[in-house]
Amino acid sequence: MSLLQVKNLGVRFTTPDGVISAVNGVNFELERGKTIGIVGESGSGKSQTVLALMGLLAKNGQATGEALFEGKNLLEMTPKQLNGIRGDRISMIFQDPMTSLNPYLTVERQMTEVLELHKGMSRKQARTRAIELLEAVKIPEAARRVNMYPHEFSGGMRQRVMIAMALLCEPEILVADEPTTALDVTVQAQIISLLKDLQRDFGTSIIMITHDLGVVAGICDKVMVMYGGRTMEYGSADDIFYRPTHPYTIGLLNALPRLDHEGAELVSIPGNPPNMAHMPAGCPFSERCSLADARCITEMPPLIAAADQPQVLRACHKTGADVIALKHKEPAHV
Amino acid sequence: MWSYIFRRVLWAIPTILAVITVCYVMLHLTPGGPFDSERQVSPAVLANLQAKYHLDLPLWKQYLYYLKDLLHGDLGASFRYADWSVNALVAQALPVSLSIGGTSMVLALVIGVALGIAAALRQNSTVDYVVMFLGNIGNTLPSFVLGPILVLIFAIWLKHPDGSGYLPAGGWDGSVRYMILPIALLTIINVATIGRIMRAGLIETMSSNFIRTARAKGLPLRTIVLRHAIRPALVPVASVLGPLAISSITAAVVTETVFALPGLGKLIVNAATNRDYTLVLGLVVLVTIIAMLFSLLIDLIYAVLDPRIRY
Repeated sequence: MSLLQVKNLGVRFTTPDGVISAVNGVNFELERGKTIGIVGESGSGKSQTVLALMGLLAKNGQATGEALFEGKNLLEMTPKQLNGIRGDRISMIFQDPMTSLNPYLTVERQMTEVLELHKGMSRKQARTRAIELLEAVKIPEAARRVNMYPHEFSGGMRQRVMIAMALLCEPEILVADEPTTALDVTVQAQIISLLKDLQRDFGTSIIMITHDLGVVAGICDKVMVMYGGRTMEYGSADDIFYRPTHPYTIGLLNALPRLDHEGAELVSIPGNPPNMAHMPAGCPFSERCSLADARCITEMPPLIAAADQPQVLRACHKTGADVIALKHKEPAHV
Repeated sequence: MWSYIFRRVLWAIPTILAVITVCYVMLHLTPGGPFDSERQVSPAVLANLQAKYHLDLPLWKQYLYYLKDLLHGDLGASFRYADWSVNALVAQALPVSLSIGGTSMVLALVIGVALGIAAALRQNSTVDYVVMFLGNIGNTLPSFVLGPILVLIFAIWLKHPDGSGYLPAGGWDGSVRYMILPIALLTIINVATIGRIMRAGLIETMSSNFIRTARAKGLPLRTIVLRHAIRPALVPVASVLGPLAISSITAAVVTETVFALPGLGKLIVNAATNRDYTLVLGLVVLVTIIAMLFSLLIDLIYAVLDPRIRY
């Protein structure tokens, strides 16, 4: 059985303008020691998906469906049950290391409190363990720096502290919500290779939220592409990355800046992500899809196994062969 | 940090000097003098009086005399209250103001922070609405309305067994019984401000990213609030604490009038209307020193609260 099974997950927000569905019918599974990437633009619902799993939705948010962690539904747990799992067996790294650490507490206090809470360690034992973890994420002079405050660390170092903090209890699942977005490109690569090493050493499963397809190719076993709160395509990283057949995935991959082609223009997907309050009746991507026809606009395509790639689930009325054939007829730069 | 405090104290000297100078000039620019009265004073008596207080000298000489006395800790003689030195008047009024204003500040801080936390954690609940309603009353009802209401309830309607009011509202004798109503009035007013700011500060802090991190760690709400959220939420409270304390101690004119207290606020207003030059100047110096002490104290509190602030 998979470590985590997410079934028909939905997230709704009650706002003064009405109920907004941020996530609809999302399904995925996570195996022990594996990594799944959730990819999509801002507002695609990828962050809300994992925040729902962690019980961290905003107050007006409501999660539906099931998220079975070792068979127990995370979404139906009492706050107390959930607190027994969060930070201990499932932990999370956030996007912005500049604001995600408490500026009023030392790194030591912010790390030791996790071990005191979940492992019942004394402050002294917890401190020793915290220093070990800071060393594991390659923070120099960890024994001295553990007493410092977050503002005394650089952005990349703070993200290392976040990662060390998340790994303190050797969680089974590490949720990483765009862990490299706020960092320098050079630091991004370091953080990704650090996560890979740590995954190997600790055997942690990772849910990696990102809009950076380079990260996906580097670290993920499986990939779920989201758009407008729905799954567009779900399959192995190799299939999605090297043999994409969904128009949105192709659009995302084309939008990757290429440095190896001289004079290559920056390509973008025309248009903007849909307004969650006024979702189209059909495929959420239909408004921006160059292949969309009348059926795409009125009818939501189901997420089903692709005819020519049965291991890939895709939500598109067009077959993979159609999409590739039609895409080749388009001008090179959209 | 000690060198910072030392520098701040040194900087206080030119500040006080500037305040005295401006105040001195303004006092003498104001029409009227300390010995103008409806009763005619004979020119000979007036000349004697003016000579006694150096008022016959050119202004700059009077000013230098004043500074010389000030350096010796002598605030001079009151022009209006014969046989009273300003030092003696201050020594009488300061303890009254300090005990009433100070006690009300301590109470208001404890009550205001507690109410602010309760309201913030149950945002838009009954508790929140009650706290916000009381806060708005305290903020909007002027003390000259709230004060007499307290007098009406506790000194007139509610009776002691012996037939007098439950709490006295005048006839100050320095005992605790006389302090209760004025302290209550100042506390209500200050709780309104502190509670509102604490509530807003905690609501803002609780929605910040590092609180989300704390929740993701599995910490119980109690720990999140006490360990992670209280200190950031107290920073904006600290910034109003200084002005509130200064006004509660030195400028509680209405409270002192309503409850007939011999405090600093009333003394300063009377001194100004009487053109009691030395008394006004002396009180201004005192208020300046108190204000600067509090602002130094608040700046030190900031450093205690926020590790990013270091002097």
